[in-house]
Amino acid sequence: MSHGIQIEESPTTDGDVITNYTINFGPQHPAAHGVLRMIMELDGEVIERVDPHVGLLHRGTEKLIEHKTYLQALPYFDRLDYCSPLCQEHSYVLAIEKLLNIEVPERAQYLRVMFAELTRICNHMLNIGAHVMDVGAMTPNLWVFELREDCLNFFERASGARMHSAWFRPGGVHQDVPEKLLVDMGNWIDNRLPELFGDAMSLVLDNRIFKQRNVDIAVVSRDDAIAWGFSGPMIRAAGIPWDLRKSQPYDVYDRMEFDIPIGTNSDCYDRFMVRVKEVYESAKIIKQCLAEIPEGPIASQDGKVSPPKRGEMKQSMESLIHHFKLYTEGFHVPEGEVYVATESPKGEFGVYLVSDGSNKPYRCKIRPTAFSHLQAMDMMSKGHMLPDATAILGAIDVVFGECDR
Amino acid sequence: MTVVHSAPKIASNEGVLDALTKALGKSVISGEEKHGEIILTVARDSIVDVLRSLRHDHAYQQMMEIAGVDYPDRAERFEVVYMLLSLTKNHRIMVKLSTDEATAVPSITDLWPNAGWLEREVFDMYGVKFAGNPDLRRILTDYGFEGHPFRKDFPMTGYTELRYSEDEKRVVYEPVKLAQDMRTFDFLSPWEGAEYVLPGDEKAEGGDADKKAAEKKS
Repeated sequence: MSHGIQIEESPTTDGDVITNYTINFGPQHPAAHGVLRMIMELDGEVIERVDPHVGLLHRGTEKLIEHKTYLQALPYFDRLDYCSPLCQEHSYVLAIEKLLNIEVPERAQYLRVMFAELTRICNHMLNIGAHVMDVGAMTPNLWVFELREDCLNFFERASGARMHSAWFRPGGVHQDVPEKLLVDMGNWIDNRLPELFGDAMSLVLDNRIFKQRNVDIAVVSRDDAIAWGFSGPMIRAAGIPWDLRKSQPYDVYDRMEFDIPIGTNSDCYDRFMVRVKEVYESAKIIKQCLAEIPEGPIASQDGKVSPPKRGEMKQSMESLIHHFKLYTEGFHVPEGEVYVATESPKGEFGVYLVSDGSNKPYRCKIRPTAFSHLQAMDMMSKGHMLPDATAILGAIDVVFGECDR
Repeated sequence: MTVVHSAPKIASNEGVLDALTKALGKSVISGEEKHGEIILTVARDSIVDVLRSLRHDHAYQQMMEIAGVDYPDRAERFEVVYMLLSLTKNHRIMVKLSTDEATAVPSITDLWPNAGWLEREVFDMYGVKFAGNPDLRRILTDYGFEGHPFRKDFPMTGYTELRYSEDEKRVVYEPVKLAQDMRTFDFLSPWEGAEYVLPGDEKAEGGDADKKAAEKKS
């Protein structure tokens, strides 16, 4: 926080003068979760007004996407919310598939759901750890980061990259997973995750300091949560059982059995608890996927959309032509526009894709989850103390790669 | 068309378009259903009434997103698209209107408070003005930025670049200098009829290239 500027003097009794201060919170503040600058007007230590300045990480992703083919644009989605890359790709590939109306093989759908849920666990590990650290606890963060490391290792074994996987492709996934990876994931879900996560959470959930910092902080009513366009854990903490995986299922989510944890009090503690419970639900989904996943192809059989296997390409002239055309010109997408939203770990992540029938998107608007949540920052933190702002921010779960695009 | 993709399944669209067009009356210019999406194009000035009616009478409680789109060839070049979501009916629709640089769109910040930032973003990126938005500042671009970067006629490289100047001990802004030209590859197949002069053809003396091409064809 930099130096304050005295902006007004409000006279009180006996000629004492209490001054309102305007301070900068961030963009270099460690609790700002990236490059967020908030102009805060304080009355003593009480927040009167917050004006978040976003856009310090604006890279013009949507403009860049307009200049790339559909496939080339995919890796940009990893770089939006870099804590849950595969879930962002999910919205994008589904949007393309909706325009193309192509069928995705079952195995690919299972793989996508499985890894989207692994991404959710990975994302919640970061957020839960960061949130408890924001309010003063160090140890749980280090423990859940061990789990996050495991998740990243799984991503690496599936796609070759730890974070920016670019593994979901229009029509399926890029490559199949080794059998051993599925076995290891199953063991991890059964043993390591519940053990280590349970240990870490046992330090936090009933901790008096943690509760003092979070319970009854930033209470948002149901109506407000709806009007402000909340989604994901933020709307569920307000007691509304709204989860796109349940209500608007995509891929094989309609075959999965899982519960939607909701909050009762709609405060920062509830938001935190919803995420903690979601980790266990995600683990349940992954286990079901592991049990049910069929053998078969992992990408659409339509040669005009998904590239041929390398071995085929070396043997067959038709495959060679497909390969060449797909990696130079790319595929053409029928004219039209769709808005596809999926449940990313942070909330509703939407892609509004306009196609003019060519090989490049005419417009690709990305709906970030953090935008509407962060916008409510002023409403949520009014009347709270300055240190509560970090707890509120932690419970929103913002990542600026996605907010600023 | 049978649906084979696995994108999110919402409640059925059946009859929704007709019902909404009837209920909204004259405000609706056109409505279509394509790729499983319902899109209503409405008159610009009636947008607030339309959205209020959709929210109160038709249970579209959430406004998730406002997107701007630029179509430079049209008389009113910008489209503003509102994505509505009904939590109770489990349904989504899009409502859109068109406008140009000069004409302001009525703001819907009174209906949904989260429209504030979304309108700011459309203003920032496209220069569409929203009448009634109490705080129409730029949001994503730099402090002091000029222009509206997502317009199709705004170059991808922009006009200014910045660097840290060791002499001045601060970040300085300079006009963009590219060490190498922006490379735009065109992979659209020329066999399917390129609508431009193929690279190299411009060197051929006028008409000659055409004649040769004609000879080849015959």
